[in-house]
Amino acid sequence: MKFINYLEKISGVSIYPVISLVLFSALFIAVFIYAMKTSKESISEMENLPFDEFK
Amino acid sequence: MEVQKFSYDNRIPRLFAIATISWGVIGMLAGVLAAFQLAFPVMNLNTEYTTFGRVRPVHTNAVIFAFVGNAIFTAVYYSMPRLLKTPMWSKALSRIHFWGWQLIIVAAAVSLLMGYTTSKEYAELEWQLDIAITIIWVVFGINMMGTILTRRERHLYVAIWFYLASWVTVAMLHIVNSFELPVSFMKSYSWYAGVQDALVQWWYGHNAVAFFLTTPFLGMMYYFLPKAANRPIYSYRLSIIHFWSLIFIYIWAGPHHLLYTALPEWAQSLGTALSLMLLLPSWGGMLNGLFTLRGAWDKVREDPVLKFIVVAVICYGMATFEGPMLSLKNVNAISHYSDWTVAHVHIGALGWNGFLTFGMLYWLIPRLFNTKLYSTKLAGTHFLIGTFGIVLYAVPMYWAAFRTYFMMTAFTPEGQLQYQFIDVVQSVVPFYALRAIGGSIYLIGVLLMVYNLVKTARQGRFVESEEASAPPLLRGYKAPAKAHWHSKIERKPVMLLILSFIVVAIGGLIEMVPTFLVKENVPTIASVKPYTPLELQGRDIYIQEGCNNCHTQMIRPFRYEVARYGEYSKAGESVYDHPHLWGSKRTGPDLARVGGKYPDSWHFNHMLEPVSMAPGSVMPPYPWLFEKEINIGSTNSKIYAMRKLGVPYPEGYEAQAVKDLKQQATEITERLKKEKITIGSDKQIVALIAYLQRLGKDIKAATH
Ligand code: HEM
Ligand code: HEM
Repeated sequence: MKFINYLEKISGVSIYPVISLVLFSALFIAVFIYAMKTSKESISEMENLPFDEFK
Repeated sequence: MEVQKFSYDNRIPRLFAIATISWGVIGMLAGVLAAFQLAFPVMNLNTEYTTFGRVRPVHTNAVIFAFVGNAIFTAVYYSMPRLLKTPMWSKALSRIHFWGWQLIIVAAAVSLLMGYTTSKEYAELEWQLDIAITIIWVVFGINMMGTILTRRERHLYVAIWFYLASWVTVAMLHIVNSFELPVSFMKSYSWYAGVQDALVQWWYGHNAVAFFLTTPFLGMMYYFLPKAANRPIYSYRLSIIHFWSLIFIYIWAGPHHLLYTALPEWAQSLGTALSLMLLLPSWGGMLNGLFTLRGAWDKVREDPVLKFIVVAVICYGMATFEGPMLSLKNVNAISHYSDWTVAHVHIGALGWNGFLTFGMLYWLIPRLFNTKLYSTKLAGTHFLIGTFGIVLYAVPMYWAAFRTYFMMTAFTPEGQLQYQFIDVVQSVVPFYALRAIGGSIYLIGVLLMVYNLVKTARQGRFVESEEASAPPLLRGYKAPAKAHWHSKIERKPVMLLILSFIVVAIGGLIEMVPTFLVKENVPTIASVKPYTPLELQGRDIYIQEGCNNCHTQMIRPFRYEVARYGEYSKAGESVYDHPHLWGSKRTGPDLARVGGKYPDSWHFNHMLEPVSMAPGSVMPPYPWLFEKEINIGSTNSKIYAMRKLGVPYPEGYEAQAVKDLKQQATEITERLKKEKITIGSDKQIVALIAYLQRLGKDIKAATH
């Protein structure tokens, strides 16, 4: 008697890794572009937030 | 513009800091006890409350949810008001959060020691506590969101993104993983069975690591490292990329805990691929932390706070390099079930979580008490012996793991397994002893810190609150025309929360939906039948004693495993297992096919005195199982609950169940009598023997 792993049989399951890769790449590119385009001033404003708690 | 006055409360951060330290000591003490138990079984102290199977979950729950949890809350309640220029939204909610959480911890420790457990790793707590945790978590969330919505600083600093994403993800994980059907007071069955249960469990387990031990601590790093070094983070741009890629990828990687198991192949591959990608954002974060200190290494040499933080960040880098390697199937073949995983865990836990927490406390306590650290030298000593403790913990574990692997896989030229399981156990016991010493040294360091911090508090005066002032945020703010779309997200916390929820939910859905959708067409293996009532009771005793903390029930398809334990495990075999009991650490042998391997009398003697049957075994004896009675009264509700969950007991079987249970118990005691052993048929050991003798039997019946 042979037991087959039932899920290996769903057709087109390989679409899942592809979806995940596409989604991640899209998100990554969007975030990357955003981070690079942010102006110097706002970056410096944000990175200094921990320091002006009493101002 | 009008300037508003307000104050930062220090009482709640102080309470959380005290809780962090206290639970840290207790949780690590439990770890040290567990470590000594594996080396010297007498340390199980011969009571049911102190066996390894119960102490280990107390250790993991205490260090994760009590020590690390309270450290997170200390950081949030200290840093969030300061980053947002407003007090926490509600003092009452802060207090409810604090006391509620501590109450849950106490209840958790007591109930785990008493044997009330769901057996699901890092989610062992029973259903009432699951509900309590949900309530307190929501209280925490409301308090955070309230604070954010009443803030006086338009931008949310990256630390706060990490706090928010952690909060929303932990909420989702906890709720999904805790679906369970209460059977009685203090007993429930997991909604899911077998493969599905394992997948949900490790989706949860992995992300508990990710969103409890990692992302909130990254938030802490982004706040306390710049504060301690007194310079901004190396690259704020990198931190944005770091945040989004990390939370996106983390959620997918759960299946790397189930490589080579009966989990579908595609899910395993997905887990591996995403785990490898995880290396990049993780190291992005580590480098961002380390580069912050560029040109300031002379400061690091003197300041114990920075020393702890630097080593913490390096350990984070080590654990997140090792993790993706462990996700490669051929590496995982060696590491899974072995002490390698334990070493990996503790590099992260002792190095990253422990040291970052210590760094934060050494920085924070003097500030809360408006004084200087009592002894910088003592803190330096703590740093040295803490580091030594980590090394002495980790190195023996790696060594033991490889030794185990080589011995387990050795075959004689005739094709026989060269070593018995017990030979392997014997050869790693010295390493367990070394690890226990390493852990003790680490704990001594912690005690030095406690002394140092108490002295610091004594010499200073507690600052209950700090006054501050800032202009309020104007309504109807319009961003300057050149502002980028993302800056909108940063200003809108609700949007940030929802977006990060979507990002993590997508991963979870894609991973799990297919496994659940095809549930209906699982070709259940015809010979696999539900447990008999007595076996079901025995299974619950197995869970109550925490046997799954040392024994797996999942044979991987390797020659050396199949030769040792039998035919490898199939998905269809555990369709009635609510919850699954595959296990994650193989301190004892696999039990998936132990049924029928030994006579009943062997199990009887072995449970009473393991070394009588397996000389050199480190398993504790279980004499109380021979005195305590099976809770026969619960049988009917258990059968009923199982049927509700989809186990095909015939309608009305309850009327028959107790009779069947008694009959099977009598059969076992009769067989024992033939071997001159007398025991009442209502004792727990009888049910446990019935369960053990059933394991793997169904498949054997089919193949022979
Ligand atoms: C004094 C320090 C500590 C000692 C001596 C210690 C000892 C142990 C021992 C003996 C085990 C059981 C390993 C096994 O089953 O083979 C364990 C497991 C574990 N410990 Fe610790 N521990 C310590 C600190 C910590 C800390 C601070 C954390 C977390 C922040 C932690 C998290 C864990 C986790 C998650 C596991 C389960 C590992 C797994 O399932 O593979 N430990 N520890
Ligand atoms: C890139 C990051 C990481 C990846 C890809 C990763 C991957 C892994 C893998 C493959 C395993 C072994 C699973 C098994 O064979 O059962 C594992 C176990 C574990 N890791 Fe990591 N790891 C990472 C970072 C961390 C960090 C930073 C910590 C702690 C703070 C941590 C804590 C744990 C724990 C507690 C376990 C044990 C789970 C169990 O009970 O079996 N990991 N990790």
